[in-house]
Amino acid sequence: MDYVQEPVLSVRNLNKQYGGGCLNCRGAKADRLIKNFCPVCGTVYACRDVSFQVYAGEILGVVGESGSGKSTLMECLYFDQEVDGGEALISSYKNGEANLFAESSQQKRYIRNHMMGKVYQNAALSLKMDFSALGNIAEKLIAAGSRHVGRMETRGRELLEHVNIPSYRMKERPKNFSGGMQQRVQIAKALSNNPPLLLLDEVTTGLDLSVQASVLDLIKTIQRELGISVVIVSHDLSVIKMLADRTFVMLDGQMIEHGLTDQILEDPQHPFTQQLVQSLL
Amino acid sequence: MKEILAIEHLSKSFRIHNLHKHIEALHDINITLREGEFVGITGKSGSGKSTVFKCIYRTYAPEAGAIWYHSQTFGPVDLARAPERQIINLRKREIGYVSQFLNVMPRTTARELVKQAVLEMGREERQAEWEADKMLAHFELDEELRDCYPATFSGGEKLRLNIARAMVKRPRLLLLDEPTASLDDASKLRVRELMLQLIREGTTMLGIFHDLAFMENLCDREYTIRDGCLTDLQNHVPSTLETMREISLAK
Ligand SMILES: Nc1ncnc2c1ncn2[C@@H]1O[C@H](COP(=O)(O)OP(=O)(O)OP(=O)(O)O)[C@@H](O)[C@H]1O
Ligand SMILES: Nc1ncnc2c1ncn2[C@@H]1O[C@H](COP(=O)(O)OP(=O)(O)OP(=O)(O)O)[C@@H](O)[C@H]1O
Ligand SMILES: [Mg+2]
Ligand SMILES: [Mg+2]
Ligand SMILES: [Zn+2]
Repeated sequence: MDYVQEPVLSVRNLNKQYGGGCLNCRGAKADRLIKNFCPVCGTVYACRDVSFQVYAGEILGVVGESGSGKSTLMECLYFDQEVDGGEALISSYKNGEANLFAESSQQKRYIRNHMMGKVYQNAALSLKMDFSALGNIAEKLIAAGSRHVGRMETRGRELLEHVNIPSYRMKERPKNFSGGMQQRVQIAKALSNNPPLLLLDEVTTGLDLSVQASVLDLIKTIQRELGISVVIVSHDLSVIKMLADRTFVMLDGQMIEHGLTDQILEDPQHPFTQQLVQSLL
Repeated sequence: MKEILAIEHLSKSFRIHNLHKHIEALHDINITLREGEFVGITGKSGSGKSTVFKCIYRTYAPEAGAIWYHSQTFGPVDLARAPERQIINLRKREIGYVSQFLNVMPRTTARELVKQAVLEMGREERQAEWEADKMLAHFELDEELRDCYPATFSGGEKLRLNIARAMVKRPRLLLLDEPTASLDDASKLRVRELMLQLIREGTTMLGIFHDLAFMENLCDREYTIRDGCLTDLQNHVPSTLETMREISLAK
């Protein structure tokens, strides 16, 4: 029964701050902060005690205003950033018993290369713009242990085809690609190691509407066909509405509300969520 | 017959923070459904009928009270409090809902939508395709239309698609919120036929209908909601005349 399943990813009390903190703000004294910011020492509390679970084959949406900590959360999960506390467990790693944040950097690299894929809002953060689209995919395959060039090329072509990059352009550099094509190459790259977990940060932001639609459709199809679990961050509620089964809402680094996506949209409880939803109508 | 749904002391209000408004929508609602029953809910516009359904389906977060549903898989589940994951599972496999206002997925063809609904039940691809086609044919959705995006469908076509999508699962519990409101007589008849078939197959149904002729001989019992409260008539089946009076007051 998929309901009784163990979560694929389980995050508990994730904390991330930028800055050392001071007497005013240390010990999570929320009332002394202005939003997520300590006015005395300038420390930003980007994620505060964020806990959630992701189950097999589901799409979990994360929404929140700009600066609420969504990207920081994803960066922490992908080890782009060190956390200041909390734990993350992945069911496919050490039986879901090891806190990923406490593993060695070598182990973290292994987890990232074998168990996760990530798509960044800014494609330049994940693609090497001067290498071919195929080369970019090979990069991730090599990181995950592949050595056979022919096999890597076959796999690369298969993936790029899946995201509708025409085969005559696969050897071109992403630099020459449109925003939507770059996102699709990123998605192909993120999928190349068959990760059980895909992290998507604002994948459609800044793309024009028809391109957005094709990227969203692609995500939906991939998720359905591969049964992969996806965490998708967006400040755009219509993206969440189309893709996510469940959604949580962030404000000033904290998770303020969670629920089935239709409930978040039709019966939001928190004043901030209500404001967010009203802006959609 | 065994109880399948027992709503106990359900209350629901909406707090709209920026307007400083507090809307009391439901107050101490008690409804029970036995397996295989078809129960109707009537009441004026704004009395809270859809809110009851949305609380059962958890599109709205119930505020107080319990909604006991006897699941085939999980046993008794309080839908007001069950984990999100469990609700998702029940929506896929046991509880169907045809909402009053349609919400179609963008860029998914009609055929695909109905097929997905069957796949969610755990059937295999071929079977799903076959069942989807059969259902779409029953609702007389043109062959060409089936491979189009529902966004461009007429109101009635969308509605028929929506009903097809819910009914194709043959859910144990089916919530129907005005499923015939914008249908012509022929389509209504199609809906009625299928409802009769589902009733024969043992589906339990809770329905909101304005069309009394449609309800005639279909419905076992009725509840009437007035201003968010059940009226005293709750277990008594009102005569058609009584109901008509209630409805005419609503207009
Ligand atoms: N490297 C950094 N150094 C200092 N502060 C940072 C850094 N990165 C992010 N922040 C701060 O952390 C907070 C959370 O930022 P984050 O990028 O996670 O927000 P977000 O929710 O992704 O916003 P957006 O919707 O605009 O992308 C913000 O207040 C931001 O200014
Ligand atoms: N999401 C919501 N937020 C705020 N108020 C709501 C919401 N949903 C319903 N209400 C209010 O609750 C009351 C009951 O609404 P409901 O939709 O249940 O009525 P109904 O009996 O289905 O009416 P109709 O016959 O017109 O469909 C109404 O006053 C309505 O404005
Ligand atoms: Mg961001
Ligand atoms: Mg209604
Ligand atoms: Zn400080």
